[in-house]
Amino acid sequence: MANKIPNRQVICETLVTLAQEDKDIMVLASDSRGSAAMAPFANAYPEQFVEVGIAEQNIVGISAGLAHSGKKPFVTSPACFLSMRSIEQIKVDVAYSGTNVKLVGISGGVSYGALGMSHHSVQDIAVARAIPGLAIILPADRHETKRMTEALVQHEGGVYVRIGRNPVEDSYESDDYEFVIGKAVTMREGTDITIIATGETVRIALDAQAELAEAGVSARVLNMHTIKPLDEEAIVCAAQETGGIITVEEHSIHGGLGAAVAEVVVQQHPVPMRILGIPDEPAIAGKTSEVFEHYGISSSNIKAIALGMLGK
Amino acid sequence: MSSTELRSKAAQIRMDLLRMIHGAKTGHTGGSLSNTDILTALYYKIMTIDPARPKWQERDRFIASKGHSVESLWCILADRGFFPKEELATFSQFGTRLIGHPNNKVPGIEMNTGALGHGLAISVGMALAAKKDARASRVFCLMGDGEQAEGSVWEAAMAGAHYKLDNLVGIIDRNRLQISGSTEEVMGLEPLEEKWAAFGWHVVSIDGNDIDALVEAFEAAPAIAGKPTLVMANTVKGKGVSFAENVPHWHHHVPSDEELAKALAELEAVISSYTQEGQVQ
Repeated sequence: MANKIPNRQVICETLVTLAQEDKDIMVLASDSRGSAAMAPFANAYPEQFVEVGIAEQNIVGISAGLAHSGKKPFVTSPACFLSMRSIEQIKVDVAYSGTNVKLVGISGGVSYGALGMSHHSVQDIAVARAIPGLAIILPADRHETKRMTEALVQHEGGVYVRIGRNPVEDSYESDDYEFVIGKAVTMREGTDITIIATGETVRIALDAQAELAEAGVSARVLNMHTIKPLDEEAIVCAAQETGGIITVEEHSIHGGLGAAVAEVVVQQHPVPMRILGIPDEPAIAGKTSEVFEHYGISSSNIKAIALGMLGK
Repeated sequence: MSSTELRSKAAQIRMDLLRMIHGAKTGHTGGSLSNTDILTALYYKIMTIDPARPKWQERDRFIASKGHSVESLWCILADRGFFPKEELATFSQFGTRLIGHPNNKVPGIEMNTGALGHGLAISVGMALAAKKDARASRVFCLMGDGEQAEGSVWEAAMAGAHYKLDNLVGIIDRNRLQISGSTEEVMGLEPLEEKWAAFGWHVVSIDGNDIDALVEAFEAAPAIAGKPTLVMANTVKGKGVSFAENVPHWHHHVPSDEELAKALAELEAVISSYTQEGQVQ
Protein backbone atom coordinates (compact mmCIF):
# COMPACT_ATOMS: atom_id res chain seq x y z
CA MET A 1 0.00 0.00 0.00
CA ALA A 2 1.38 3.33 -1.02
CA ASN A 3 -0.55 5.64 1.28
CA LYS A 4 0.49 5.57 4.93
CA ILE A 5 -1.64 8.47 6.20
CA PRO A 6 -4.89 7.56 7.95
CA ASN A 7 -7.87 9.86 7.48
CA ARG A 8 -8.03 10.75 11.18
CA GLN A 9 -4.55 12.26 10.88
CA VAL A 10 -5.70 14.27 7.88
CA ILE A 11 -8.66 15.67 9.83
CA CYS A 12 -6.34 16.71 12.63
CA GLU A 13 -3.79 18.33 10.31
CA THR A 14 -6.52 20.19 8.41
CA LEU A 15 -8.11 21.46 11.61
CA VAL A 16 -4.73 22.53 12.98
CA THR A 17 -4.23 24.62 9.83
CA LEU A 18 -7.75 26.11 9.85
CA ALA A 19 -7.75 26.84 13.58
CA GLN A 20 -4.92 29.32 13.11
CA GLU A 21 -7.45 31.65 11.51
CA ASP A 22 -10.63 30.43 13.18
CA LYS A 23 -10.59 30.54 16.97
CA ASP A 24 -14.14 29.17 17.14
CA ILE A 25 -13.01 25.74 15.95
CA MET A 26 -12.90 23.38 18.90
CA VAL A 27 -12.02 19.71 19.16
CA LEU A 28 -13.51 17.48 21.84
CA ALA A 29 -12.29 14.03 22.77
CA SER A 30 -13.62 11.25 24.97
CA ASP A 31 -10.26 9.91 26.13
CA SER A 32 -9.74 9.52 22.40
CA ARG A 33 -7.16 12.16 21.51
CA GLY A 34 -4.73 9.35 20.76
CA SER A 35 -7.05 7.05 18.86
CA ALA A 36 -8.50 10.02 16.97
CA ALA A 37 -4.97 11.28 16.25
CA MET A 38 -5.97 14.64 17.76
CA ALA A 39 -3.00 15.03 20.12
CA PRO A 40 -1.30 17.52 17.73
CA PHE A 41 -4.42 19.72 17.85
CA ALA A 42 -4.60 19.44 21.64
CA ASN A 43 -0.95 20.44 21.89
CA ALA A 44 -1.20 23.28 19.38
CA TYR A 45 -4.43 24.79 20.73
CA PRO A 46 -5.04 23.72 24.32
CA GLU A 47 -7.64 26.48 24.70
CA GLN A 48 -9.62 25.07 21.78
CA PHE A 49 -9.44 21.48 22.96
CA VAL A 50 -11.81 19.93 25.51
CA GLU A 51 -11.28 16.52 27.10
CA VAL A 52 -14.54 15.05 28.32
CA GLY A 53 -13.39 11.63 29.48
CA ILE A 54 -15.13 8.39 28.62
CA ALA A 55 -18.61 9.88 28.41
CA GLU A 56 -20.17 9.90 24.96
CA GLN A 57 -23.52 11.33 26.02
CA ASN A 58 -21.72 14.15 27.77
CA ILE A 59 -19.42 14.95 24.85
CA VAL A 60 -22.39 15.50 22.55
CA GLY A 61 -24.34 17.57 25.11
CA ILE A 62 -21.33 19.76 25.91
CA SER A 63 -20.65 20.23 22.20
CA ALA A 64 -24.24 21.33 21.66
CA GLY A 65 -23.82 23.91 24.44
CA LEU A 66 -20.57 25.15 22.90
CA ALA A 67 -22.13 25.34 19.44
CA HIS A 68 -25.12 27.22 20.84
CA SER A 69 -22.63 29.87 22.01
CA GLY A 70 -21.05 30.24 18.57
CA LYS A 71 -18.26 27.66 18.75
CA LYS A 72 -17.62 25.13 15.98
CA PRO A 73 -17.13 21.89 17.88
CA PHE A 74 -15.68 18.77 16.28
CA VAL A 75 -16.43 15.74 18.41
CA THR A 76 -13.91 12.94 17.86
CA SER A 77 -14.91 9.67 19.41
CA PRO A 78 -15.07 6.01 18.36
CA ALA A 79 -17.92 5.66 15.85
CA CYS A 80 -19.41 2.65 17.63
CA PHE A 81 -20.02 4.61 20.85
CA LEU A 82 -20.54 8.07 19.40
CA SER A 83 -23.29 6.90 17.06
CA MET A 84 -25.20 4.66 19.48
CA ARG A 85 -24.40 5.53 23.11
CA SER A 86 -25.25 9.15 22.54
CA ILE A 87 -27.87 8.85 19.83
CA GLU A 88 -30.53 10.60 21.90
CA GLN A 89 -28.24 13.57 22.46
CA ILE A 90 -27.56 13.60 18.72
CA LYS A 91 -31.28 13.55 18.02
CA VAL A 92 -32.35 16.18 20.54
CA ASP A 93 -29.33 18.37 21.33
CA VAL A 94 -27.81 18.42 17.83
CA ALA A 95 -30.47 17.73 15.19
CA TYR A 96 -33.69 18.89 16.87
CA SER A 97 -32.10 21.90 18.51
CA GLY A 98 -30.27 22.80 15.29
CA THR A 99 -26.80 23.15 16.78
CA ASN A 100 -23.68 23.31 14.64
CA VAL A 101 -21.93 20.16 15.89
CA LYS A 102 -19.65 17.99 13.77
CA LEU A 103 -19.63 14.42 15.01
CA VAL A 104 -16.60 12.56 13.74
CA GLY A 105 -16.88 8.83 14.30
CA ILE A 106 -13.41 7.34 14.18
CA SER A 107 -12.45 3.71 13.67
CA GLY A 108 -15.81 3.07 12.04
CA GLY A 109 -17.03 0.01 10.20
CA VAL A 110 -14.99 -3.07 11.10
CA SER A 111 -11.71 -1.21 11.53
CA TYR A 112 -11.48 -2.28 15.17
CA GLY A 113 -11.14 -5.73 13.59
CA ALA A 114 -10.65 -8.36 16.26
CA LEU A 115 -12.34 -6.40 19.06
CA GLY A 116 -15.73 -7.75 18.09
CA MET A 117 -19.26 -6.49 17.66
CA SER A 118 -19.12 -4.09 20.60
CA HIS A 119 -16.43 -2.12 18.76
CA HIS A 120 -17.58 -2.60 15.20
CA SER A 121 -19.72 0.22 13.92
CA VAL A 122 -21.84 -1.13 11.09
CA GLN A 123 -25.23 0.18 12.19
CA ASP A 124 -24.26 3.85 12.51
CA ILE A 125 -25.42 4.99 9.08
CA ALA A 126 -28.81 3.35 9.55
CA VAL A 127 -29.30 5.05 12.90
CA ALA A 128 -28.06 8.44 11.73
CA ARG A 129 -30.17 8.33 8.56
CA ALA A 130 -33.37 8.19 10.58
CA ILE A 131 -32.67 11.53 12.25
CA PRO A 132 -34.03 14.52 10.35
CA GLY A 133 -31.60 17.33 9.74
CA LEU A 134 -28.43 15.33 10.32
CA ALA A 135 -26.04 15.10 7.37
CA ILE A 136 -23.95 11.94 6.96
CA ILE A 137 -20.59 11.90 5.20
CA LEU A 138 -18.03 9.13 4.60
CA PRO A 139 -14.92 10.39 2.84
CA ALA A 140 -13.21 8.02 0.41
CA ASP A 141 -9.55 8.76 1.01
CA ARG A 142 -7.08 11.25 2.49
CA HIS A 143 -7.63 13.81 -0.27
CA GLU A 144 -11.37 13.77 0.18
CA THR A 145 -10.99 13.85 3.94
CA LYS A 146 -9.04 17.08 3.63
CA ARG A 147 -11.59 18.73 1.33
CA MET A 148 -14.44 17.45 3.50
CA THR A 149 -12.91 18.88 6.68
CA GLU A 150 -12.55 22.27 5.00
CA ALA A 151 -16.18 22.07 3.89
CA LEU A 152 -17.35 21.08 7.38
CA VAL A 153 -15.83 24.18 8.94
CA GLN A 154 -17.83 26.29 6.48
CA HIS A 155 -21.03 24.23 6.81
CA GLU A 156 -23.63 25.26 9.38
CA GLY A 157 -25.50 22.34 10.92
CA GLY A 158 -25.16 18.92 12.45
CA VAL A 159 -23.09 16.36 10.56
CA TYR A 160 -22.12 12.77 11.32
CA VAL A 161 -18.84 11.79 9.68
CA ARG A 162 -17.51 8.25 9.66
CA ILE A 163 -13.94 7.34 8.95
CA GLY A 164 -11.91 4.18 9.46
CA ARG A 165 -8.85 3.60 11.55
CA ASN A 166 -6.20 2.62 9.04
CA PRO A 167 -4.70 4.30 5.98
CA VAL A 168 -6.66 3.61 2.80
CA GLU A 169 -5.38 3.49 -0.73
CA ASP A 170 -6.05 6.71 -2.61
CA SER A 171 -9.11 6.99 -4.80
CA TYR A 172 -8.21 10.48 -5.97
CA GLU A 173 -4.89 11.50 -7.49
CA SER A 174 -4.96 14.78 -5.55
CA ASP A 175 -7.27 17.00 -3.57
CA ASP A 176 -7.67 19.29 -6.57
CA TYR A 177 -11.39 18.72 -7.13
CA GLU A 178 -14.62 20.23 -5.93
CA PHE A 179 -16.13 18.63 -2.83
CA VAL A 180 -19.73 19.62 -2.30
CA ILE A 181 -21.73 18.18 0.59
CA GLY A 182 -24.68 16.29 -0.89
CA LYS A 183 -23.22 16.01 -4.39
CA ALA A 184 -21.91 12.62 -5.55
CA VAL A 185 -18.66 12.44 -7.48
CA THR A 186 -18.60 10.50 -10.74
CA MET A 187 -15.24 8.80 -10.42
CA ARG A 188 -15.53 6.92 -13.72
CA GLU A 189 -18.02 7.36 -16.53
CA GLY A 190 -19.73 4.18 -17.75
CA THR A 191 -22.77 2.98 -19.65
CA ASP A 192 -23.43 -0.70 -18.83
CA ILE A 193 -23.88 -0.65 -15.05
CA THR A 194 -23.23 1.65 -12.06
CA ILE A 195 -21.30 0.86 -8.92
CA ILE A 196 -22.16 3.23 -6.08
CA ALA A 197 -19.76 3.13 -3.15
CA THR A 198 -19.15 5.19 -0.05
CA GLY A 199 -16.18 5.81 2.21
CA GLU A 200 -13.29 3.45 2.00
CA THR A 201 -15.07 1.03 -0.32
CA VAL A 202 -14.80 3.57 -3.16
CA ARG A 203 -11.29 2.25 -3.82
CA ILE A 204 -12.70 -1.28 -4.17
CA ALA A 205 -15.34 -0.03 -6.61
CA LEU A 206 -12.66 1.64 -8.71
CA ASP A 207 -10.66 -1.60 -8.80
CA ALA A 208 -13.80 -3.48 -9.86
CA GLN A 209 -14.39 -0.93 -12.62
CA ALA A 210 -10.89 -1.60 -13.99
CA GLU A 211 -11.43 -5.37 -13.89
CA LEU A 212 -14.79 -4.99 -15.63
CA ALA A 213 -13.22 -2.80 -18.29
CA GLU A 214 -10.80 -5.62 -19.06
CA ALA A 215 -13.84 -7.88 -19.47
CA GLY A 216 -15.38 -5.40 -21.88
CA VAL A 217 -17.93 -3.93 -19.47
CA SER A 218 -18.28 -0.17 -19.08
CA ALA A 219 -19.05 0.49 -15.41
CA ARG A 220 -19.85 3.88 -13.96
CA VAL A 221 -18.51 4.53 -10.46
CA LEU A 222 -20.22 7.00 -8.18
CA ASN A 223 -18.60 8.09 -4.93
CA MET A 224 -21.59 8.74 -2.68
CA HIS A 225 -19.58 10.48 0.04
CA THR A 226 -22.73 12.13 1.38
CA ILE A 227 -25.41 9.63 2.30
CA LYS A 228 -27.68 12.35 3.59
CA PRO A 229 -28.73 14.57 1.95
CA LEU A 230 -28.55 11.97 -0.80
CA ASP A 231 -27.75 12.94 -4.39
CA GLU A 232 -30.96 11.51 -5.83
CA GLU A 233 -30.34 13.08 -9.22
CA ALA A 234 -27.09 11.14 -9.70
CA ILE A 235 -28.83 7.90 -8.70
CA VAL A 236 -31.81 8.36 -11.03
CA CYS A 237 -29.46 9.36 -13.81
CA ALA A 238 -27.40 6.20 -13.23
CA ALA A 239 -30.53 4.05 -13.24
CA GLN A 240 -31.76 5.61 -16.48
CA GLU A 241 -28.43 5.57 -18.30
CA THR A 242 -26.89 2.29 -17.12
CA GLY A 243 -29.93 0.17 -16.21
CA GLY A 244 -28.47 -1.52 -13.14
CA ILE A 245 -26.88 -0.57 -9.82
CA ILE A 246 -24.58 -2.27 -7.32
CA THR A 247 -23.97 -0.56 -3.99
CA VAL A 248 -20.94 -1.23 -1.81
CA GLU A 249 -20.45 -0.25 1.82
CA GLU A 250 -18.73 -1.13 5.07
CA HIS A 251 -22.05 -1.28 6.89
CA SER A 252 -24.98 -3.57 7.54
CA ILE A 253 -27.06 -4.23 4.45
CA HIS A 254 -29.96 -2.85 6.51
CA GLY A 255 -30.43 0.89 6.50
CA GLY A 256 -27.17 2.02 4.94
CA LEU A 257 -26.12 3.28 1.52
CA GLY A 258 -27.77 0.39 -0.32
CA ALA A 259 -31.08 0.94 1.42
CA ALA A 260 -30.91 4.68 0.77
CA VAL A 261 -30.18 4.14 -2.93
CA ALA A 262 -32.89 1.47 -3.19
CA GLU A 263 -35.48 3.84 -1.77
CA VAL A 264 -34.74 6.26 -4.58
CA VAL A 265 -34.49 3.64 -7.32
CA VAL A 266 -37.68 1.79 -6.45
CA GLN A 267 -39.72 4.98 -6.26
CA GLN A 268 -38.25 6.92 -9.15
CA HIS A 269 -36.75 4.57 -11.72
CA PRO A 270 -36.84 0.85 -10.84
CA VAL A 271 -33.88 -1.12 -12.22
CA PRO A 272 -32.13 -4.30 -11.00
CA MET A 273 -30.04 -3.62 -7.90
CA ARG A 274 -27.66 -5.53 -5.62
CA ILE A 275 -26.66 -4.39 -2.14
CA LEU A 276 -23.22 -5.45 -0.97
CA GLY A 277 -22.32 -5.00 2.69
CA ILE A 278 -22.23 -6.80 6.02
CA PRO A 279 -25.12 -9.31 6.32
CA ASP A 280 -27.51 -9.30 9.28
CA GLU A 281 -25.14 -10.95 11.74
CA PRO A 282 -22.39 -9.91 14.16
CA ALA A 283 -19.53 -9.27 11.75
CA ILE A 284 -16.75 -11.82 11.86
CA ALA A 285 -13.60 -10.64 13.66
CA GLY A 286 -10.43 -10.00 11.73
CA LYS A 287 -8.45 -7.41 9.83
CA THR A 288 -10.61 -5.16 7.66
CA SER A 289 -9.24 -6.80 4.50
CA GLU A 290 -10.02 -10.25 5.89
CA VAL A 291 -13.55 -9.28 6.89
CA PHE A 292 -14.14 -7.69 3.50
CA GLU A 293 -12.89 -10.81 1.74
CA HIS A 294 -15.13 -12.99 3.91
CA TYR A 295 -18.24 -11.04 2.93
CA GLY A 296 -17.28 -10.57 -0.70
CA ILE A 297 -16.69 -6.85 -0.38
CA SER A 298 -14.01 -7.15 -3.04
CA SER A 299 -13.37 -6.05 -6.59
CA SER A 300 -13.55 -9.61 -7.89
CA ASN A 301 -16.94 -10.23 -6.30
CA ILE A 302 -18.31 -6.90 -7.55
CA LYS A 303 -17.11 -7.91 -11.01
CA ALA A 304 -18.86 -11.29 -10.69
CA ILE A 305 -22.09 -9.66 -9.51
CA ALA A 306 -21.97 -7.17 -12.38
CA LEU A 307 -21.38 -9.87 -14.97
CA GLY A 308 -24.26 -11.86 -13.49
CA MET A 309 -26.60 -8.88 -13.64
CA LEU A 310 -25.61 -8.29 -17.26
CA GLY A 311 -26.15 -11.96 -18.12
CA LYS A 312 -22.52 -12.47 -19.06
CA MET B 1 -39.14 43.63 41.85
CA SER B 2 -39.62 43.57 45.59
CA SER B 3 -40.09 40.38 47.51
CA THR B 4 -43.87 40.84 47.71
CA GLU B 5 -44.10 41.76 44.06
CA LEU B 6 -42.26 38.55 43.21
CA ARG B 7 -44.61 36.50 45.40
CA SER B 8 -47.60 38.13 43.80
CA LYS B 9 -46.12 37.51 40.35
CA ALA B 10 -45.61 33.83 41.15
CA ALA B 11 -49.29 33.54 42.13
CA GLN B 12 -50.30 35.23 38.88
CA ILE B 13 -48.12 32.83 36.86
CA ARG B 14 -49.75 29.91 38.67
CA MET B 15 -53.17 31.27 37.71
CA ASP B 16 -52.04 31.69 34.11
CA LEU B 17 -50.67 28.17 33.83
CA LEU B 18 -53.73 26.60 35.43
CA ARG B 19 -56.00 28.44 32.98
CA MET B 20 -53.72 27.41 30.11
CA ILE B 21 -53.65 23.73 31.10
CA HIS B 22 -57.40 23.74 31.73
CA GLY B 23 -58.00 25.25 28.30
CA ALA B 24 -55.69 22.81 26.54
CA LYS B 25 -56.97 19.86 28.58
CA THR B 26 -53.38 18.64 28.96
CA GLY B 27 -50.24 19.55 30.86
CA HIS B 28 -47.79 18.75 33.64
CA THR B 29 -49.54 20.62 36.41
CA GLY B 30 -47.77 19.45 39.58
CA GLY B 31 -44.19 20.06 38.47
CA SER B 32 -44.99 23.42 36.94
CA LEU B 33 -46.58 24.59 40.17
CA SER B 34 -43.56 23.39 42.16
CA ASN B 35 -41.03 25.20 39.96
CA THR B 36 -42.95 28.46 39.51
CA ASP B 37 -41.17 30.23 42.37
CA ILE B 38 -37.76 29.18 41.02
CA LEU B 39 -38.56 30.51 37.54
CA THR B 40 -40.12 33.68 38.92
CA ALA B 41 -36.98 34.46 40.91
CA LEU B 42 -34.80 33.82 37.84
CA TYR B 43 -36.85 35.66 35.22
CA TYR B 44 -37.97 38.69 37.26
CA LYS B 45 -34.98 39.25 39.53
CA ILE B 46 -31.83 37.29 38.79
CA MET B 47 -31.13 36.72 35.11
CA THR B 48 -29.71 39.31 32.77
CA ILE B 49 -32.00 39.00 29.76
CA ASP B 50 -33.58 41.26 27.18
CA PRO B 51 -36.88 40.06 25.68
CA ALA B 52 -36.31 42.41 22.72
CA ARG B 53 -32.97 40.69 22.00
CA PRO B 54 -33.43 37.02 22.87
CA LYS B 55 -30.12 36.07 21.19
CA TRP B 56 -28.07 38.84 22.82
CA GLN B 57 -24.70 37.19 23.42
CA GLU B 58 -24.14 38.70 26.88
CA ARG B 59 -27.40 37.27 28.27
CA ASP B 60 -27.65 34.69 31.00
CA ARG B 61 -28.91 31.32 29.85
CA PHE B 62 -31.65 29.16 31.31
CA ILE B 63 -31.97 25.49 30.40
CA ALA B 64 -35.09 23.60 31.46
CA SER B 65 -33.62 20.13 31.71
CA LYS B 66 -36.88 18.94 33.28
CA GLY B 67 -38.56 20.03 30.08
CA HIS B 68 -41.92 18.47 30.87
CA SER B 69 -42.88 21.22 33.28
CA VAL B 70 -42.62 23.90 30.62
CA GLU B 71 -46.04 25.38 31.37
CA SER B 72 -44.77 27.84 33.99
CA LEU B 73 -41.99 28.82 31.58
CA TRP B 74 -44.40 29.50 28.69
CA CYS B 75 -46.48 31.75 30.96
CA ILE B 76 -43.41 33.60 32.21
CA LEU B 77 -41.88 34.11 28.75
CA ALA B 78 -45.21 35.49 27.53
CA ASP B 79 -45.50 37.73 30.60
CA ARG B 80 -41.97 39.02 30.06
CA GLY B 81 -42.84 39.86 26.47
CA PHE B 82 -40.90 37.24 24.50
CA PHE B 83 -44.12 36.48 22.59
CA PRO B 84 -47.75 37.66 22.75
CA LYS B 85 -49.74 36.43 25.72
CA GLU B 86 -52.66 35.47 23.46
CA GLU B 87 -50.49 32.67 22.07
CA LEU B 88 -50.78 30.83 25.41
CA ALA B 89 -54.25 29.77 24.21
CA THR B 90 -52.55 27.62 21.54
CA PHE B 91 -50.67 25.54 24.13
CA SER B 92 -50.51 21.88 23.02
CA GLN B 93 -52.92 22.48 20.15
CA PHE B 94 -52.27 21.14 16.65
CA GLY B 95 -49.33 22.84 14.96
CA THR B 96 -48.52 25.14 17.88
CA ARG B 97 -45.04 26.38 18.82
CA LEU B 98 -46.03 26.08 22.47
CA ILE B 99 -45.72 22.33 22.72
CA GLY B 100 -45.44 20.33 25.91
CA HIS B 101 -41.67 20.76 26.09
CA PRO B 102 -39.25 23.66 25.49
CA ASN B 103 -39.00 24.44 21.79
CA ASN B 104 -36.36 26.82 20.49
CA LYS B 105 -38.62 28.06 17.72
CA VAL B 106 -40.03 30.22 20.52
CA PRO B 107 -38.00 33.33 21.46
CA GLY B 108 -36.48 32.92 24.90
CA ILE B 109 -35.98 29.17 24.63
CA GLU B 110 -32.31 28.30 24.18
CA MET B 111 -32.45 24.59 23.40
CA ASN B 112 -34.99 21.88 22.81
CA THR B 113 -35.25 19.66 25.85
CA GLY B 114 -37.63 17.00 27.02
CA ALA B 115 -35.49 13.89 27.12
CA LEU B 116 -34.25 13.84 30.71
CA GLY B 117 -30.59 14.02 31.64
CA HIS B 118 -29.55 16.27 28.74
CA GLY B 119 -29.72 19.79 30.16
CA LEU B 120 -26.72 19.86 32.43
CA ALA B 121 -24.25 18.74 29.74
CA ILE B 122 -25.59 21.45 27.43
CA SER B 123 -25.25 23.95 30.27
CA VAL B 124 -21.66 22.84 30.87
CA GLY B 125 -20.91 23.56 27.20
CA MET B 126 -22.51 27.00 27.45
CA ALA B 127 -20.68 27.86 30.66
CA LEU B 128 -17.41 26.65 29.15
CA ALA B 129 -17.96 28.83 26.08
CA ALA B 130 -18.65 31.86 28.29
CA LYS B 131 -15.39 31.24 30.17
CA LYS B 132 -13.41 30.87 26.95
CA ASP B 133 -14.89 34.08 25.56
CA ALA B 134 -14.51 35.90 28.90
CA ARG B 135 -18.21 36.73 28.98
CA ALA B 136 -19.99 37.34 32.29
CA SER B 137 -22.94 35.16 31.26
CA ARG B 138 -24.19 32.69 33.84
CA VAL B 139 -26.01 29.48 33.02
CA PHE B 140 -28.91 28.23 35.14
CA CYS B 141 -30.02 24.64 34.64
CA LEU B 142 -33.22 23.38 36.24
CA MET B 143 -33.38 19.64 36.79
CA GLY B 144 -36.01 17.40 38.26
CA ASP B 145 -35.28 15.16 41.21
CA GLY B 146 -36.56 12.07 39.42
CA GLU B 147 -34.19 13.08 36.61
CA GLN B 148 -31.24 12.46 38.93
CA ALA B 149 -31.57 8.76 38.11
CA GLU B 150 -30.22 9.49 34.60
CA GLY B 151 -26.51 8.64 34.48
CA SER B 152 -25.82 11.45 32.04
CA VAL B 153 -26.58 13.98 34.82
CA TRP B 154 -23.52 12.72 36.67
CA GLU B 155 -21.30 12.76 33.60
CA ALA B 156 -22.08 16.45 33.30
CA ALA B 157 -21.72 17.02 37.05
CA MET B 158 -18.19 15.63 36.81
CA ALA B 159 -17.33 17.89 33.87
CA GLY B 160 -18.78 21.00 35.56
CA ALA B 161 -16.50 20.54 38.53
CA HIS B 162 -13.51 19.45 36.42
CA TYR B 163 -13.68 22.66 34.40
CA LYS B 164 -14.29 24.78 37.54
CA LEU B 165 -17.41 26.33 36.07
CA ASP B 166 -18.40 28.81 38.76
CA ASN B 167 -20.66 30.53 36.21
CA LEU B 168 -22.88 27.45 36.24
CA VAL B 169 -25.81 27.03 38.64
CA GLY B 170 -27.62 23.70 38.77
CA ILE B 171 -31.02 23.71 40.42
CA ILE B 172 -32.92 20.64 41.52
CA ASP B 173 -36.68 20.96 41.90
CA ARG B 174 -36.69 18.61 44.89
CA ASN B 175 -40.42 17.99 45.21
CA ARG B 176 -39.84 14.31 46.07
CA LEU B 177 -42.49 13.00 43.71
CA GLN B 178 -42.19 11.48 40.28
CA ILE B 179 -44.82 9.96 38.06
CA SER B 180 -44.86 6.57 39.80
CA GLY B 181 -44.75 7.93 43.32
CA SER B 182 -42.09 8.99 45.82
CA THR B 183 -38.57 9.44 44.45
CA GLU B 184 -37.20 7.47 47.37
CA GLU B 185 -39.46 4.53 46.55
CA VAL B 186 -38.87 4.60 42.80
CA MET B 187 -35.08 4.99 42.97
CA GLY B 188 -33.59 6.28 46.19
CA LEU B 189 -31.58 9.49 45.74
CA GLU B 190 -30.55 10.34 49.27
CA PRO B 191 -28.15 11.53 50.44
CA LEU B 192 -28.50 13.72 47.36
CA GLU B 193 -26.76 16.84 48.67
CA GLU B 194 -23.76 14.81 49.74
CA LYS B 195 -23.57 13.24 46.30
CA TRP B 196 -23.38 16.63 44.59
CA ALA B 197 -20.84 17.85 47.12
CA ALA B 198 -18.78 14.72 46.51
CA PHE B 199 -18.83 15.53 42.80
CA GLY B 200 -17.18 18.85 43.59
CA TRP B 201 -20.13 21.21 43.64
CA HIS B 202 -20.92 23.87 46.21
CA VAL B 203 -24.33 22.82 47.50
CA VAL B 204 -26.94 25.17 48.95
CA SER B 205 -30.14 23.71 50.34
CA ILE B 206 -33.17 25.97 50.63
CA ASP B 207 -36.95 26.13 50.66
CA GLY B 208 -37.52 26.19 46.92
CA ASN B 209 -40.92 27.81 47.25
CA ASP B 210 -39.46 30.73 49.23
CA ILE B 211 -38.69 33.51 46.76
CA ASP B 212 -36.40 35.34 49.17
CA ALA B 213 -34.35 32.21 49.78
CA LEU B 214 -34.14 31.55 46.05
CA VAL B 215 -33.03 35.09 45.26
CA GLU B 216 -30.44 34.96 48.00
CA ALA B 217 -29.06 31.62 46.82
CA PHE B 218 -28.86 32.70 43.16
CA GLU B 219 -27.34 36.08 43.99
CA ALA B 220 -24.69 34.42 46.12
CA ALA B 221 -23.49 32.12 43.34
CA PRO B 222 -20.67 31.49 42.97
CA ALA B 223 -20.13 31.43 46.70
CA ILE B 224 -16.84 29.66 46.08
CA ALA B 225 -14.64 30.64 43.14
CA GLY B 226 -13.88 27.74 40.83
CA LYS B 227 -16.87 25.66 41.91
CA PRO B 228 -20.24 25.29 40.24
CA THR B 229 -23.21 25.80 42.55
CA LEU B 230 -26.02 23.33 43.10
CA VAL B 231 -29.18 24.82 44.60
CA MET B 232 -31.23 22.09 46.21
CA ALA B 233 -34.65 23.71 45.97
CA ASN B 234 -36.87 21.76 48.34
CA THR B 235 -40.30 22.32 46.88
CA VAL B 236 -43.83 21.02 47.14
CA LYS B 237 -45.30 19.42 44.06
CA GLY B 238 -48.55 21.19 43.22
CA LYS B 239 -47.49 24.19 45.34
CA GLY B 240 -49.99 27.00 45.68
CA VAL B 241 -53.09 24.91 45.13
CA SER B 242 -54.02 23.37 48.48
CA PHE B 243 -55.71 20.25 47.17
CA ALA B 244 -52.96 19.53 44.61
CA GLU B 245 -50.02 19.79 46.99
CA ASN B 246 -48.08 16.55 47.39
CA VAL B 247 -50.66 14.57 45.44
CA PRO B 248 -48.87 12.37 42.88
CA HIS B 249 -51.68 12.24 40.32
CA TRP B 250 -51.46 16.01 39.86
CA HIS B 251 -48.18 15.26 37.95
CA HIS B 252 -50.23 15.66 34.81
CA HIS B 253 -53.77 16.00 36.10
CA VAL B 254 -55.86 18.60 34.31
CA PRO B 255 -58.06 20.61 36.69
CA SER B 256 -61.82 20.28 36.22
CA ASP B 257 -63.95 23.43 35.95
CA GLU B 258 -64.66 23.23 39.66
CA GLU B 259 -61.03 22.58 40.61
CA LEU B 260 -59.88 25.46 38.43
CA ALA B 261 -62.33 27.88 40.04
CA LYS B 262 -61.27 26.80 43.51
CA ALA B 263 -57.55 27.02 42.68
CA LEU B 264 -57.92 30.46 41.09
CA ALA B 265 -59.82 31.67 44.13
CA GLU B 266 -57.01 30.51 46.41
CA LEU B 267 -54.37 32.23 44.30
CA GLU B 268 -56.49 35.37 43.93
CA ALA B 269 -56.70 35.50 47.71
CA VAL B 270 -52.90 35.33 47.93
CA ILE B 271 -52.52 38.22 45.49
CA SER B 272 -55.14 40.36 47.19
CA SER B 273 -53.60 39.73 50.60
CA TYR B 274 -50.40 41.36 49.32
CA THR B 275 -52.37 44.17 47.72
CA GLN B 276 -54.42 44.80 50.87
CA GLU B 277 -51.22 45.01 52.85
CA GLY B 278 -50.40 47.89 50.54
CA GLN B 279 -47.23 46.18 49.45
CA VAL B 280 -48.22 45.91 45.83
CA GLN B 281 -49.67 48.91 44.02
